[in-house]
Amino acid sequence: MSAISLQRPFAAARGRSWRQHSALPGFGLTIGFALTYMGLLIVVPLAGLVIYSGGQTPLEFWRAATDERVLVSYWVSFSTSLAAAMINAVFGTIVAWCLVRYDFPGRRLLDAMVDLPFALPTAVSGIALTTLFASSGLLGQWLEPLGIQVAFTRLGIVVALTLISMPFVVRTLQPAIEELDLALEEASASMGADRWTTLRKVVMPMLLPALVTGFTLAFARALGEFGSVIFIAGNIPFQTEIAPLLIVIKLEQFDYLGATAIATTMMVASLALLVVINLLQAWHRRRTGLGQ
Amino acid sequence: MASVIARGTGLAHQAARAPGVADSPLARRILIGVSVLFLGAMLIAPLLTVFGYALYQGIDRYLAGILEPAAWSAIQLTLLTAAICVPLNTVFGVAAAWAITKFEFRGKSLLISLIDLPFSVSPVIAGLVFVILFGAQGFLGPWLRANDVQIIFAVPGIVLATLFVTFPFVARELIPLMQAQGTGNEEASVSLGAGGFRTFWRVTLPNIKWGLLYGVILCNARAMGEFGAVSVVSGHIRHQTNTMPLHVEILYNEYQFVAAFAVASLLALLALVTLAVKTAIESAVARSARLAAH
Repeated sequence: MSAISLQRPFAAARGRSWRQHSALPGFGLTIGFALTYMGLLIVVPLAGLVIYSGGQTPLEFWRAATDERVLVSYWVSFSTSLAAAMINAVFGTIVAWCLVRYDFPGRRLLDAMVDLPFALPTAVSGIALTTLFASSGLLGQWLEPLGIQVAFTRLGIVVALTLISMPFVVRTLQPAIEELDLALEEASASMGADRWTTLRKVVMPMLLPALVTGFTLAFARALGEFGSVIFIAGNIPFQTEIAPLLIVIKLEQFDYLGATAIATTMMVASLALLVVINLLQAWHRRRTGLGQ
Repeated sequence: MASVIARGTGLAHQAARAPGVADSPLARRILIGVSVLFLGAMLIAPLLTVFGYALYQGIDRYLAGILEPAAWSAIQLTLLTAAICVPLNTVFGVAAAWAITKFEFRGKSLLISLIDLPFSVSPVIAGLVFVILFGAQGFLGPWLRANDVQIIFAVPGIVLATLFVTFPFVARELIPLMQAQGTGNEEASVSLGAGGFRTFWRVTLPNIKWGLLYGVILCNARAMGEFGAVSVVSGHIRHQTNTMPLHVEILYNEYQFVAAFAVASLLALLALVTLAVKTAIESAVARSARLAAH
């Protein structure tokens, strides 16, 4: 790509300063269509949301965004998403390690299945998990006598969020494990480190950027999730209501301002996370030379 | 979501048998056991539940659940929505990827970040933004009512919400792929006298076909399966604004479990087909990479 700019060093001086000259056609058509389409479909509606929520006084906005039931729902969303991301950080790392480093019967099948949460509609995983973990369900009937209730509790929300955010950790770690330099592990072993020490002191630090990136992606995805959660959560006010559900409840009461106040707060949080993810990925690329 | 093309072929497990880098057989067995249990409980068990519940009262009840008129109109609406959204977002993805990867211009990285924006917005908010624009109390609500146009609680709203959530899929697959391929082939084609469209069709498209197909099937799976965004704008009117995922929800809440899982099993089948196509694409890409290396 830089070759073009070398061939045409004077392109910028010819009055098209916002882009460099290129021999290829179609720039005007494609960028025009892309910007118009994105503007109408994404930018205008999102801007509308912000403008609409600005139609109330700051005090009204603050009241709607920090009502006690809403505050509890932020906490439920935040804590369950964090728990799900941490579970995935542990088990996702183990899964990614096994899929890359070991050969075992069914490995290719499991590898393909990891993407299932991307392809399976969330409502389907929601009703399936609820049925599985209900007190009469296949897994629930074993957990109930142990005093562990999953369906219609916060634990159930964690299970649903773990399912839908799992691929992010596994798929971020897999290429990082594939790119690990085995010579470093051999060197560590030849200098007398046992396998556990090598994993802890050599392998884990090299995987850390990918792990943190995957963790954050999983966390961000879990925060906004709706479909799989509402079935298993039971949606009990002040206990198992997630923040996106409260937006839906406010809308059903035609309380648009209340809904936009919660939505704006959530969007600010996820934009902050997006910035964090971009910084992490830049760090990740610098550390490993791997990109998305 | 890592690009299918960027992923390695994963032969590290062969290299990792070398002395000093192998885990002990016991550790290996425990870790594989943990992985199988975790994926079994989280992925395989829910999938088996869907098919088990759909079929356990016999094939007649299963077919009755799918062929019932309300289910059938939900299936039609889901197919219609995907038939509108997938082509539109594919055209956008190709156009955006062409502009971004074949030209240098200011604001490019901002544009790439903006394309990803729908991924970081909750699906519920994706539905909400259209209620704010077109709903009864929204910006255009009074005007729409005066002119007798219904968008929210109608099919146009469902299409708009689905377009929003499936917006990035194709562009996201194509941009890294076309960036890696550079502009050399296209410049050669144009300098030999081919027009822009012919260059895209004969030179670029053969190089990006697998990435494009991958983006399209992911976009399609999400378009057919989207729940949160569609649920906000649909109004859940039977025979009119119910998509398949919404129909599953209604049946489930009415304790019609067999019918709910029967419709859900169609969506699960779609997911399995999507995964199968994805795996086939990955091996096709790996094969052509091996051929190119020889």
